[in-house]
Amino acid sequence: MTKHANSIWFLIGLQLLIYGAIVEGVGLWELANPPTHKTALAYLHPAIWWGALLLAMGLFYTIRFRPARTLKD
Amino acid sequence: MLTLPFLLASASAAKPLVSASPVDFVIIAIYFLFVIGIGIYLKKYTKTGDDFFMAGREMTAWIAGLAFLSANLGALELLGWAGSAYEYGILAVHWYWIGAIPAMLLLGLVMMPFYYASKTHSVPGYLQLRYGPATSGLSAICFALMTILMSGVNIFAMAAVMQVVLGWPLQLSIWVSSIAMGLYVVLAGLLSAIFNEVLQFVLIWLGSLLIPILGMIQAGGWAGLKRDIAKNLVHFGIGNPAVVAANLKASGIEHPTSVLKNSSIFGTSHPSTYTHAWSTLGHFSANPMGINWIGIVFGLGAVISMGYWTTDFLVVQRVMSAKDLRSAKMAPVIGAGFKMFVPIIVILPGLLGLGLLKTQLFPQPIVDAAARQGHVLYSYNDVLPIMLAKYCGPGLLGLGITALIAGFMSGMAGNITAFATVWTHDIYKPMMNPKASDRHLLAMGRWSSAIGILVSVATAYLVMKSNSIMDYVQALFSFFIAPLFGTVILGMLWKRTTKHGGFWGLLAGTAASVGMWLWVLKQPGALKYIALSPHAQPMAADMFRALWSFILVVLVTVVVSLATRSKPKEELAGLVMGCTDIPPEGQYPLVHRPIFWAAVISVVFIALNLYFW
Repeated sequence: MTKHANSIWFLIGLQLLIYGAIVEGVGLWELANPPTHKTALAYLHPAIWWGALLLAMGLFYTIRFRPARTLKD
Repeated sequence: MLTLPFLLASASAAKPLVSASPVDFVIIAIYFLFVIGIGIYLKKYTKTGDDFFMAGREMTAWIAGLAFLSANLGALELLGWAGSAYEYGILAVHWYWIGAIPAMLLLGLVMMPFYYASKTHSVPGYLQLRYGPATSGLSAICFALMTILMSGVNIFAMAAVMQVVLGWPLQLSIWVSSIAMGLYVVLAGLLSAIFNEVLQFVLIWLGSLLIPILGMIQAGGWAGLKRDIAKNLVHFGIGNPAVVAANLKASGIEHPTSVLKNSSIFGTSHPSTYTHAWSTLGHFSANPMGINWIGIVFGLGAVISMGYWTTDFLVVQRVMSAKDLRSAKMAPVIGAGFKMFVPIIVILPGLLGLGLLKTQLFPQPIVDAAARQGHVLYSYNDVLPIMLAKYCGPGLLGLGITALIAGFMSGMAGNITAFATVWTHDIYKPMMNPKASDRHLLAMGRWSSAIGILVSVATAYLVMKSNSIMDYVQALFSFFIAPLFGTVILGMLWKRTTKHGGFWGLLAGTAASVGMWLWVLKQPGALKYIALSPHAQPMAADMFRALWSFILVVLVTVVVSLATRSKPKEELAGLVMGCTDIPPEGQYPLVHRPIFWAAVISVVFIALNLYFW
């Protein structure tokens, strides 16, 4: 079952990594090209730090539960 | 006077609440690829009936616990309770605290050992062992029917929300979500459903959490939010019929007196009633929900929540998939720990909407009445998408929408997997094909999942034709929860309970619940007799109906049991307290024991209730 448990955390990490990259990319793009229609508190650039959080979590879970390491365990 | 910017008279009724960008659609598409991919990946691990129906009974406490919570954390829950928080204030938090935490801890610490020790596949399966085929059959047929109808209601609700929020056609949402969910459930059953539920749990949190974070920054913390709520309550005229009626009339909407008469919008106006959880529950008329502490503590906390969290197989099935007894006891405790903080992403956005939105939201009947006159108002249930659009730009909006879709999918998959298990193990096998092989049951599980999804889709189309069907289905589901809890808990804790007592108690309680519901439906004034107060609102009716039906179950079960012969003690081994040797949890340090974390959660639970008293 460890195999299953690890693979689910790995998949979650992978998805967060992809989402983090997309959100971070949008945040940086909007920093360089400010949109005309702004959301509330847009000056805080939530996409940048939320994207960074997703990326960090995604990296942790994909590395910690990567299949190669699971097989070795 | 309020100038009613909220009326948006020029807006088209078909205009969606949010406008998704291409990047948002990419995020949503990736989600669908992942959920289907998980089903395909896990199919190779689903070779036996136990794999399909019980996920091989190999889940860790964390995975079972998160799936247990996620199966309940549907999008209807997110949207509905955020709307309720806007309507009733912080009173809505009781459905997450006293209406969940004690019941989840009871399931983990007291009831799980019996479910687990009996090695049954389902709650009706436990009833079969404890009370025999009559009680089990009654429970299984009611559960299977209601589950499949609820799944259809979920599918329609998702499609309707996607239409309002994003402007997507109903047909598209119904078929895309059903096919995606159908693929991963039919391929790998509960195993795949649990995997996806854990994934969905993470996505729901990460897609929704930005709203309360940014909202609290804008409000200036809890103290600032309380000030904003007080200001808006006066500004919108909540609790003041003259102001609301005048505001509506000034915008060309004739206020439908009959619709407004019993609306909570005309309830109490004192701001503190929206930000205090307990101090306003002394009397029905002192809070916007029209309920008192007896209804909350005994109706919700002691009966409804106990019934839902300990006997609704949709959620209990996830815990039964745990790999050992310690994990099975720990899973609900982990679920309770997270449940306690779900109000951050559900209740807080509703309160933030009440305090920060310059647009007033209304009860659905008022929105419908305005729509008939060509005006667009937004309802309480729209508060979460409105807050999402307020704070989330491209990318983040896609994450938020994905959270809603994930919530819907987990709710639907929960219904379908529970239906397939109860149909196969508690109806098909005992009643139609007792000698069915494991391989045959696995095939039946896949077929019943597929057919269950098609029936759900058909139900969704029925609901599309007549919205009132949705109300009836949801009411029907509530009839069985409280009585079933009485039957199960008496069976587990009292060895004298007999099969006749269990059957007649369950039947009497269910019939009483249906009877009370019909009484109020035909004669709304009957509510004052059921809730024992002329000031009671419909929410109180649910609580007191559950309370009375539970009391009746206990009375009938006890009386009939005392008049009939009980099973010998040796036949009750593994099923009843006092007749069962509970297997040891094993030697674990204190911090790995369920009882330790249950104690920690209890302390935090009490502290939170005192803080928001």
